[in-house]
Amino acid sequence: MTVLGLDLGSRAIKLAALHKGRLVAATSAESGFEPHRQAEAMIAPYQPARIAATGYGRHLAQKHFAEKVITEIKAHALGARHHVSACQTILDVGGQDSKVISLDTRGQVSQFQMNDKCAAGTGRFLEIMAASLGYDLPEFAAAAATSEQSVPINSMCAVFAESEVVSLRNRGFAPADIARAIHLAIAERLVGMLERIGLRGEVVFSGGVARNPFLAKILQEKLGRPLHIPPTPEITGALGAALFLEATL
Amino acid sequence: MHMVSCASLSTKQMQIKNEIHIINLTFPQRHETFRHSTTGNETIARSATQKQKTTHNRSKGMSEPFEIKADTALWASLDMDVERFKNVPPTLTQAFTSIFLSQQNRPEKMAYFDEMISNIFSGRIQEMVDAKAEGRPVIGTFCVYVPEEIVHAANGVCVGLCGGSPGSIPDAEKILPRNICPMVKSAFGFKVGKICPFFQVVDIVYGETTCDAKKKTWELLNDYVPTHVMEIPQMKRERDKQLWVEEVIDFKSAIEKQCDKVISNADLQNSITVLNGKRQALQRLNGLRHHTPSPISGRDMLLIQQIAFYDEPERFTEQVHLLCDELDARIKAGNAIAPAETPRIMISGTPMALPNWKLHNIIENSGAVVVNEESCIGTRYYKDTIDTDGANMTAMLERLTERYMKIDCSCFTPNDDRIDQVIREYRASGAQGIIDYTLQFCHSYNIEAVKLRRACEKEGIPFMAIESDYSPEDVGQLQTRVEAFLEQIQG
Ligand code: SF4
Ligand code: SF4
Repeated sequence: MTVLGLDLGSRAIKLAALHKGRLVAATSAESGFEPHRQAEAMIAPYQPARIAATGYGRHLAQKHFAEKVITEIKAHALGARHHVSACQTILDVGGQDSKVISLDTRGQVSQFQMNDKCAAGTGRFLEIMAASLGYDLPEFAAAAATSEQSVPINSMCAVFAESEVVSLRNRGFAPADIARAIHLAIAERLVGMLERIGLRGEVVFSGGVARNPFLAKILQEKLGRPLHIPPTPEITGALGAALFLEATL
Repeated sequence: MHMVSCASLSTKQMQIKNEIHIINLTFPQRHETFRHSTTGNETIARSATQKQKTTHNRSKGMSEPFEIKADTALWASLDMDVERFKNVPPTLTQAFTSIFLSQQNRPEKMAYFDEMISNIFSGRIQEMVDAKAEGRPVIGTFCVYVPEEIVHAANGVCVGLCGGSPGSIPDAEKILPRNICPMVKSAFGFKVGKICPFFQVVDIVYGETTCDAKKKTWELLNDYVPTHVMEIPQMKRERDKQLWVEEVIDFKSAIEKQCDKVISNADLQNSITVLNGKRQALQRLNGLRHHTPSPISGRDMLLIQQIAFYDEPERFTEQVHLLCDELDARIKAGNAIAPAETPRIMISGTPMALPNWKLHNIIENSGAVVVNEESCIGTRYYKDTIDTDGANMTAMLERLTERYMKIDCSCFTPNDDRIDQVIREYRASGAQGIIDYTLQFCHSYNIEAVKLRRACEKEGIPFMAIESDYSPEDVGQLQTRVEAFLEQIQG
């Protein structure tokens, strides 16, 4: 039987389908107003299946269809270790939050930190900044990669940064240079989170923001070590939930 | 279908699904104020009947629905904003019912403490009004460094005024900056909005110079209620002790003046004995609570420690001992509040003032039990007693000061005693992990968490620091953190 892992985030629902231990499908969709209905529609093609849930909406999922729930922290730990078995540090940057997780050599969570109170350092922040420069997300990263200019950005608060972008543009800075500065500022913040918790072992970078190649590049430079990015980085949590359930069967 | 295997879901996981009730007391903003007109006679008549009502005999068998009682006439007599405040008891009744009364297999002797909550805005306030009528002033405090033995010796009534509700914060934010501790804002807002009967009943407030938020707020609070300030040093050297003793002596004079009574040696001796007794009762209770499996829930323990700040000390002590006797028997009979395998969590950090039950509720709804509070509304209040050796007033005041100097608030530097104390309490309570709780913008506890984390890492103690305020917004995030921490502990 298929084992499904669902990660019900505040903005998107991600699904990972396992068959005999192998990832056979991965999908994602906007959460919408009724996340559990959206999730049910996503599950439908795989029925009959056994389902585990994680993410913000995990308890809601348990009410409706999931037989097991685990937190995002544990789910990411399992998902990341599935990709890189020596992983001991995880950086996950999703739409609404970012987290760093530190694992012991056996893969057990030893410490974690979540930034979920402010938009800075999340996918949402990147979206707002891209939009204020008139880019979509791929263009935003691509433009940043073309710049070599340093522009000082003072504010990492999503509210203030937006007006700062406007004022930088008014002062004549090129959008690509501003884009680069924003990426650098976010990277700085994420590196700070990682250093606080302490970098150990192999590092996995997951979450939708891991698809941003420029951010990944400067993070690797700043950290001075390679980052492992799963092929579908946003389903790491969903995959972890599915793996968890499979292990209990 | 897979639903079959759902039967194997542990009850613990089922509990997690329970919705988390968070107290979001709403105080509608003040519109056209309408007051009940109260004649003086009515107030006196009520006062007589209320007296009987506060004898705390819960009639067994008849299960009347729990209710936090209102007394609009009493509130009006205290110049409260009755229109706004009258929504509070129903909201709080609801929160209390769902958080506390929904628990299974609670100790029976919790009935007294439930009754104290039921009477919190009526009967207990009436008692204070009556005390005032007998010439016993009510002194409000905000910190466990203010020596209540002295208030007791002067025949005054001492009441803790720390605020734990989000409802009064908008009132405070009209005046105070937003980015300060919610406890300070909540308390200040209660006074400014006239929406706390305790604040309305006090004659004076005795503040102290612990953290900046409080120290500077006293200057503003003085516009609303006479506010005295006791200087608490920031270090604990010999010269600080000298200053501290002098401050205690000044405090005594101010209280004597307020209460119009000179404290005799015998008065102080007696009050020290009474309050030592209260602290010892709480020590006994906490000791019993440390038993695995827990004979009492963390929320009930928090509640009792909160009530300690507004109940009459001798009555409270007696009731705590009665509860202890029951817990003793429960332990012998193997009657626990949760199975032995329930994860045990200790809290350290900033105080949780009434009705701040947020974190305990989240933790215990996630299938764990809270087994200790290293907090001012917790062990910091009762871990030390006063040496009763003092032969004369000077010696007694010195012994008293020495006891107060043992309180290990993060406002002090260095404060390594606290780190050791946290580890000691962790071991004594049989906890499996520590959740350190910092109220938002409380810098000293927030920074001290760094040292605490290091110490815990060294000792191999699972540790998680969280920062929160009174708003319900971060409940989902806290729930995730707490559950992830429990997963971490359980491996
Ligand atoms: S935390 Fe410090 S300042 Fe606050 S009540 Fe306790 S001892 Fe006083
Ligand atoms: S919790 Fe911290 S900031 Fe708040 S009143 Fe106590 S010491 Fe001050």
